[in-house]
Amino acid sequence: MIDPNLFQLICFYAFSTVAVVSALAVISLRNSVHAVLALVLTFFSTACIWMLAEAEFLAIALIVVYVGAVMVLFLFVVMMLDIDQERLREGFVRFLPVGLVVAVVMLVEMLGLIGVRVMHAQTLGANPAGASNTAWLGKALYTQYLLPFEIAALILTVGVVAAVALTLRERTGVKRQQASQQVQVNPRDRVRVVKMAAEHPADAAPAQEPKP
Amino acid sequence: MGEQLLNQVVWPVIHILCIVLPLVITVALYVWWERKVLGWMHVRMGPNKVGPFGLLQAFADVVKLLLKEVILPTNANRALYYLAPLIALVPALAAWAVIPFGAKLVLSNANAGLLYLLAMTSIGVYGIILAGWSSNSRYALLGAMRSAAQVISYELAMGLCLVCVLVLAGSLNLTDIVNAQAGGKGIFGWYMWPLLPVFVIYFISGVAETNRAPFDVAEGESEIVAGFHVEYSGSAFALFFLAEYANMILVSFLASILFTGGWLSPFPASWGLIGQGNPLWLFAKVFVFAFLFLWLRATFPRYRYDQIMRLGWKVFIPIAIAWVLVAGCMKYYGIAGA
Repeated sequence: MIDPNLFQLICFYAFSTVAVVSALAVISLRNSVHAVLALVLTFFSTACIWMLAEAEFLAIALIVVYVGAVMVLFLFVVMMLDIDQERLREGFVRFLPVGLVVAVVMLVEMLGLIGVRVMHAQTLGANPAGASNTAWLGKALYTQYLLPFEIAALILTVGVVAAVALTLRERTGVKRQQASQQVQVNPRDRVRVVKMAAEHPADAAPAQEPKP
Repeated sequence: MGEQLLNQVVWPVIHILCIVLPLVITVALYVWWERKVLGWMHVRMGPNKVGPFGLLQAFADVVKLLLKEVILPTNANRALYYLAPLIALVPALAAWAVIPFGAKLVLSNANAGLLYLLAMTSIGVYGIILAGWSSNSRYALLGAMRSAAQVISYELAMGLCLVCVLVLAGSLNLTDIVNAQAGGKGIFGWYMWPLLPVFVIYFISGVAETNRAPFDVAEGESEIVAGFHVEYSGSAFALFFLAEYANMILVSFLASILFTGGWLSPFPASWGLIGQGNPLWLFAKVFVFAFLFLWLRATFPRYRYDQIMRLGWKVFIPIAIAWVLVAGCMKYYGIAGA
């Protein structure tokens, strides 16, 4: 008999190992496309871990948003880059001390955050019996956390508008097609149908060549 | 141990095979039907030599493809080149796990079924992108780029259409969504009436999402030869083919389940036997949608790339966003939805 709890524990370690290894691969692989794919694998394993924690909505949302959309765009951009890999790696040793400091600070901050969360445990309240994870999350998001949620949405919208506004530039001398004008084209303005009488072969036949 | 193995490994695998094997055979028949329909629309016969009515043509083609050599292009990325067809196929098959064929006939009655479907269909594009990139070919890379841009844009419109459905149904569970369309009114209870514009947008986005004509710029055989799979041959190409057709049938199933009542009968429930729900109704609806795919292909010329983007971003997404609000109002005032 396989103990379900033991199996879950084994799965957790398997998924987390994959997540950690692929996260390391993201920063160590030479080929940037391979690095992006390793990042996809990291997201996927994280989603699996969340699934184990019964956060099915979050797990699938992670796959839909990050794997399905964000990383596709990343791959789209990285595919078209033609980077000299060797030149990029030259700075590796030079930036190593700075990188280590950043890594240590991030680790300390994260540990501190985990400690704070453990001491002030905040819960959404018990899951009402029978309610699905999604419905429960929706209720919490649109009642208890409505204001932060809407503010986050507003900030994201502003971000989108700002990104478009920053990169939008008027270019002169560019020829564009106006779809509305193209649709309104009238065949009578473009094509002239000429009516003429049918020609008889005898009249139209070329002049007879003189026979030898 | 033995009983656990039987219940948790053997039976699920048998159930999965009960879905996947008929699906693969359906794909073969669908390919035959496509060639027949295209033939009739072009006033030709279509395949008619192998087997009765040419029925075995698709199977003969499968055997031919499997026996051919898989060629690795020079300087191609070996691992990704072989991995790409699998990445295209696996999500296309995995998505079928949550499709309900009848009131109790479903492999996994997942609560977040609709989201799961969205996740699976959005992963499939990796197969196309990686195939294009790893082939080390200009045409393939162009096809991959076109496909990525197209799928990303149409997935948004598709997602908004799904939001409309789940606002009315109040659930992400596909079985619940079909049951919410019951109501005893037959065809008038289906979501295609209150959500008619969204229904049309959903199906067209589905056509674009599966890279089918008139949105097949990723293949574009007259411009970039065959796009992302130009370098693939033999069984690797067969896997792409299988994934594309499995996805087309999946979109047909989804359109039937989400908008036209799944296995529910078009007649009111009070009409006796003919008004009862049956998986046969679902298959009939799926056949209609699957035929629409072929009809569109035979009828329309290919869209230009910029026209595809304009249609997706400037027409479909605004209409779908507006209809999310309309659906919300319909639900609030009790005009439609449970």
